[in-house]
Amino acid sequence: MNAIPGRIAPAPLLSVEGLTKWYGHVLGCRDVAFDLRPGEVLGIVGESGSGKTTLLNCISGKLTPTSGEVRFDTRRFGLTDIYRLSEPDRRRMQREEWGFVHQNPRDGLRMRVSGGANVAEPLMNLGARHYGKMRQSTIDWLDRVELDTRRIDDKPRNFSGGMQQRIQVARNLIHGPRLVFMDEPTGGLDVSVQARLLDLLRELVRDLGLAVIIVTHDMAVARLMADRLMVMKGGEVVETGLTDQVLDDPQHPYTQLLVSSVLQI
Amino acid sequence: MTDKPLIIVEDLAKTFVLHNAEQATIPVFQDLTLQVAAGECVVLAGESGVGKSTLMRSIFGNYLPTQGAVKVWHDGAYVDITRANPHEVLEVRRRTLGYVSQFLRVIPRVPTLQLVMEPLLENGVAFDEAKDRASELLSALRLPQAHWDLPPATFSGGEQQRVNIARSFIRKYPVLLLDEPTASLDAENRAIVVRLINEALAEGAAMIGIFHDLDVRDAVASRLFEVSQFKAAA
Repeated sequence: MNAIPGRIAPAPLLSVEGLTKWYGHVLGCRDVAFDLRPGEVLGIVGESGSGKTTLLNCISGKLTPTSGEVRFDTRRFGLTDIYRLSEPDRRRMQREEWGFVHQNPRDGLRMRVSGGANVAEPLMNLGARHYGKMRQSTIDWLDRVELDTRRIDDKPRNFSGGMQQRIQVARNLIHGPRLVFMDEPTGGLDVSVQARLLDLLRELVRDLGLAVIIVTHDMAVARLMADRLMVMKGGEVVETGLTDQVLDDPQHPYTQLLVSSVLQI
Repeated sequence: MTDKPLIIVEDLAKTFVLHNAEQATIPVFQDLTLQVAAGECVVLAGESGVGKSTLMRSIFGNYLPTQGAVKVWHDGAYVDITRANPHEVLEVRRRTLGYVSQFLRVIPRVPTLQLVMEPLLENGVAFDEAKDRASELLSALRLPQAHWDLPPATFSGGEQQRVNIARSFIRKYPVLLLDEPTASLDAENRAIVVRLINEALAEGAAMIGIFHDLDVRDAVASRLFEVSQFKAAA
């Protein structure tokens, strides 16, 4: 047998500890802790209002937690609590090393500039200045997310929802991030479009060896994408484990309810 | 190859607790002990509902046992599947522990050939070599070539079953769990699967299987294992 590709290295890429967020007296999430390895896909599941998105926002540097730490293995500073970095350092690290795919493409795209410019922008933000190279890279990525490259100059509003979502995916991967956050990435799409996007995401994640934290309320999406799951209820993590184990032999009453509520087709 | 057992099941117990059905508890087995050596195929015996599949899934890490250990020989050491981290279990599954279920979990849009190649690609085998071996195996299993570029979602039960088998036999997994791999196959295809199993055993794989077909069972079993002898008290 050939050398085994090191898909999962031992050192954590991200290490979250005691993460808590209060909105005044209302709990967002409480005492969340986990490690994420390079190439690992973590699914966060739970119903609306369970704290999934609050948690994702706290981890991804969008929402300052009330307490706790989010340590990321940054290229420039090593394993560092991202909330201890200066604002400019943190923003730079987010631009260079992370991606964030929103549920609604409008939240992740700039609707006034072309699809191609949306995809190329992260490169420009990181200092790329060679127009020809950027355009080529953009074309490559449009192709990779299965979009018609002749439409590179069309505005996002002229693309369908599924296509907009693929533009957003390209925009968030073009700069070679190591960690990508996804908030219900297939949430607003038709099922056939959803299947295509999921398959694409699955393939990209595997080929690029990305670490991903994906929030979803859809158990089928969780099963297809995630290596392991974290189940949230009322702001707290009630169960964690290997994806198929959590879905096929759920231990917590809430997870059992969640899994048994899925409609069979 | 090692002379140590490749699978050691120790004092395993499994009880399901259904919290949303008035806390119903369903005891399945307890104090279950089993060892499987290289080249051995242990066939789980007993009637439906006795816990054969539950045991199999507990060994694979798909079910969480209530007590006990499941040690799988992986990389020159035992990994206790019941206590390992998810990434360790996935690593053991990727390289050591294969599982043929009765049903193929279809991934939308992924063509059959690619599905069969996947276990090789994930283990660093080159694309062309993986493709050749997948083609070889699908031919051997007599899956019409016209099907290879289609996702198996619309295939018949027997065709999906063969895709499933191809996926699990394309690599030589040192430990293989077989949950009725021949359930929906005709006689000729069953014979091919029996041959694949016996070849893998001759090369030193350790297997645990469930076979309702007595001919298949007799053709592959090294010994039978009665799950009911460990029945847990209700």
